[in-house]
Amino acid sequence: MKNSNPPEPDPQISRREFLLRAGAAGALIAGSSLGGLALWQRRHFVPGFQEKGGLRLPSFSLPPDKLLPEMAIAHGVDHEKVVRAAIGALGGMGRFIGKGDIVVIKPNVAFDRPPALAATTHPDALRAVARMVLEAGAAKVLVADNPINSPAGCYLKSGLLAVADELHLDLLYPETNSFAPIQMDGEILRNWAFFDAPFKRATKVIGLAPCKDHNLCHASMTMKNWYGLLGGRRNQFHQHIHSIVSDFALMMKPTLVVLDGMNVLMKNGPTGGRLSDVKPMGTVVAGTDMVAVDSYGYTHLLERDITELTYIRKASNRGLGNMDWKQTRHKEVQA
Amino acid sequence: MKIRTARRISQVFFFSLFTFFVAVTDLRYLDGYPVSLFLELDPLVAFATAITTHSIYKGLLWSLLLIIPTILLGRVFCNWICPYGILHHFIGWVFGKGRASDQARIESNRYRSIYQIKYVILVAMIAAAVCGSLQIGLLDPICLFYRSMSTAILPVINLAAPSSVYVRQSFHAGAWAIGFLLFLLVGMNVFIPRFFCRVLCPLGAFLGALAPAALWRIERNPTKCVDCDLCLKNCEGASDPHTQLRKSECFVCFNCIEDCPEDALSFKFMPPLQHEVTAPAVPARRAFLGVLLGGAFFGFGRASGDSDRNYNKKVIRPPGSVEEKEFLDRCIKCDQCIRVCPTNVLQPAIFAAGIEGIWTPVLNMKVGYCELNCTLCGQVCPTGAIQRITIEEKTGVGAFSAQGPVRLGTAFYDHGRCLPWSMETPCVVCEEVCPVSPKAIFSREVTITKRDGTPITLRQPYVDPALCIGCGICERECPVTDEAAIRVTAIGETRSRDRRLLLDGGAGRS
Repeated sequence: MKNSNPPEPDPQISRREFLLRAGAAGALIAGSSLGGLALWQRRHFVPGFQEKGGLRLPSFSLPPDKLLPEMAIAHGVDHEKVVRAAIGALGGMGRFIGKGDIVVIKPNVAFDRPPALAATTHPDALRAVARMVLEAGAAKVLVADNPINSPAGCYLKSGLLAVADELHLDLLYPETNSFAPIQMDGEILRNWAFFDAPFKRATKVIGLAPCKDHNLCHASMTMKNWYGLLGGRRNQFHQHIHSIVSDFALMMKPTLVVLDGMNVLMKNGPTGGRLSDVKPMGTVVAGTDMVAVDSYGYTHLLERDITELTYIRKASNRGLGNMDWKQTRHKEVQA
Repeated sequence: MKIRTARRISQVFFFSLFTFFVAVTDLRYLDGYPVSLFLELDPLVAFATAITTHSIYKGLLWSLLLIIPTILLGRVFCNWICPYGILHHFIGWVFGKGRASDQARIESNRYRSIYQIKYVILVAMIAAAVCGSLQIGLLDPICLFYRSMSTAILPVINLAAPSSVYVRQSFHAGAWAIGFLLFLLVGMNVFIPRFFCRVLCPLGAFLGALAPAALWRIERNPTKCVDCDLCLKNCEGASDPHTQLRKSECFVCFNCIEDCPEDALSFKFMPPLQHEVTAPAVPARRAFLGVLLGGAFFGFGRASGDSDRNYNKKVIRPPGSVEEKEFLDRCIKCDQCIRVCPTNVLQPAIFAAGIEGIWTPVLNMKVGYCELNCTLCGQVCPTGAIQRITIEEKTGVGAFSAQGPVRLGTAFYDHGRCLPWSMETPCVVCEEVCPVSPKAIFSREVTITKRDGTPITLRQPYVDPALCIGCGICERECPVTDEAAIRVTAIGETRSRDRRLLLDGGAGRS
């Protein structure tokens, strides 16, 4: 290597360049220090035992009415007529739903089953209730459930997708971002993933449940129906199933519940699977007290002894409803 | 309209059609779309399954539609229709030598002897098929692209935008390997344009073997040609249009004709064959090496016993699947069944089903379960590895009640892990979700004295093997989620006489 050029004296840097370069270096030092401090985790925590917060679900129930019945039982043959008769006997849907209401209807679509097997909310029942809600002036009807089987199959094969299309209801799928933790003071349920998406703007809530046998907790009716609003590790609920089901009555204060007993899944529940598991009972029960409605369902539709149904007793003892439905103001009608 | 424009329209159309089919392969949107059409059009699928099964299953007859233009025109499929080829073409344009100098591009498109590898691969796969092992799906571009979309690309899209593809996020065993393989093959375009298509593609090789019969070909007029080599600048197939055309390599993209400044190239009816290299340039000894490779693959695979006595208890096949050896005759690993499965239970096997069964579908009940009233996997299977059975045939009702339901396996309790059996804790989620009626899982109420001396009444579950169909929802919903207290294994599956459990098949006991 030969160096042909004599070394040139280094040029002096200008004041302006000095300030800019020193300023840039200083800003980087300050920025990284401040950034580091801002992100600094000073304290450790014990994984899995962090304090959890969650939303508190508002009550959707209306103040009690002094004259109108709390519960109505309707018998008949035509599905829609019987639903209309039951709600009519309570004073009509206008008692519960007003103009502009955003109404969540919670069906039980836990399983991928055709309607005839009575393991899911019947499409005729949804059609009847949704029509009445729309006739009462509701602005929007949302239908939401978090099924055990795959949601797309459940909505499709239960026939509820077709009803939602027909009446332009918003059918909500339990998507990844549909859940938020709920906070409550249940016996067991305290902080749990909740299907929050439909309730963000809801003003009224209607539970629409089929009346079914259940292998573990004996029966799945309007109270057990709220199971479908929870996410997370629901398969742990069975370890304290009666406490959990009675907690549902604390969690959700609905505007109205409807128990569809037109065809009742008498055995092999909650899934069913054969027509011989199903018995036609031609009855729909509607009411504002889900404990009373379920106790009627258990004794008169599933035709069993109420004393064995622990969760009803628990809910009644906790003041969440009245398990002696005969004590409530009720009305029985023929459609 | 220039022919290049027509080709680009065709490429956009077929690529869009392919992605549309991939997108609607979902119970919510299925609506009777022929979502496996590209696989049914694939003549290598039809040809190879015809070798292994001596039959052409249902829609595979559509592949004739593709053979005809190949015999008339050559490998038009590769540059006009093949969605995977179109992907490579596009990626090569974006990341490859698209902006390099003319000279660099010309050099990158000269024929190289490594381009004969695809013929050796094809020969090996056909040899394996003749023995009884269908392996074309490993590299067939349509199978490979469907598989990559279903197991790697769509789940990643859904991770980025939750619930955009699935209601609940899907997972696929070994998706990372399938994803990286796609990345690697596509990335090779940076170094060699159309690397996959030129070097590896067995379908391209198959069509290349048919191409010598083509009636229309690129013809060079040597008196007009000034040897500028500009015809190579955009030559997709590296088929030497500047000298003796290699018809087996030509993708019929027509770029050479449009790029020729002297109009020396034309697409002609029956030009003299003396001007061409008419057959795939693969030496007979190399081809024979391919035969040995394919035969050895089959031999070593079978010698491992995975499809025979040493079968894996976790190889639980989808409902309607044919017996295991026949399954290996038919499954092309396209993973359409995995795409359409609504519960995500279907997973691409890694080594569970042996070396022959890589990426074939198996059920993993830790992830999902087999939906009782669902036969979607059989509806989309193009080759009948999963037969197109009806719900009635699957569940064994009505006219099929005498033969009973299709069983995938049998559930067994692991008492040491079961809460009511060994931990004094109520549960029986398994019984609750059991979908058959009467339930295959039943429970006996027992009152036991707990450790602290207090009594507890709980239900302890049992399986009735005569009723269990092996759907696995019990395992899926078991709260002991790392290794469930009830697990389904393959024994009892009805597709195999050798793997049944009960002598009477359970028929006499329900």
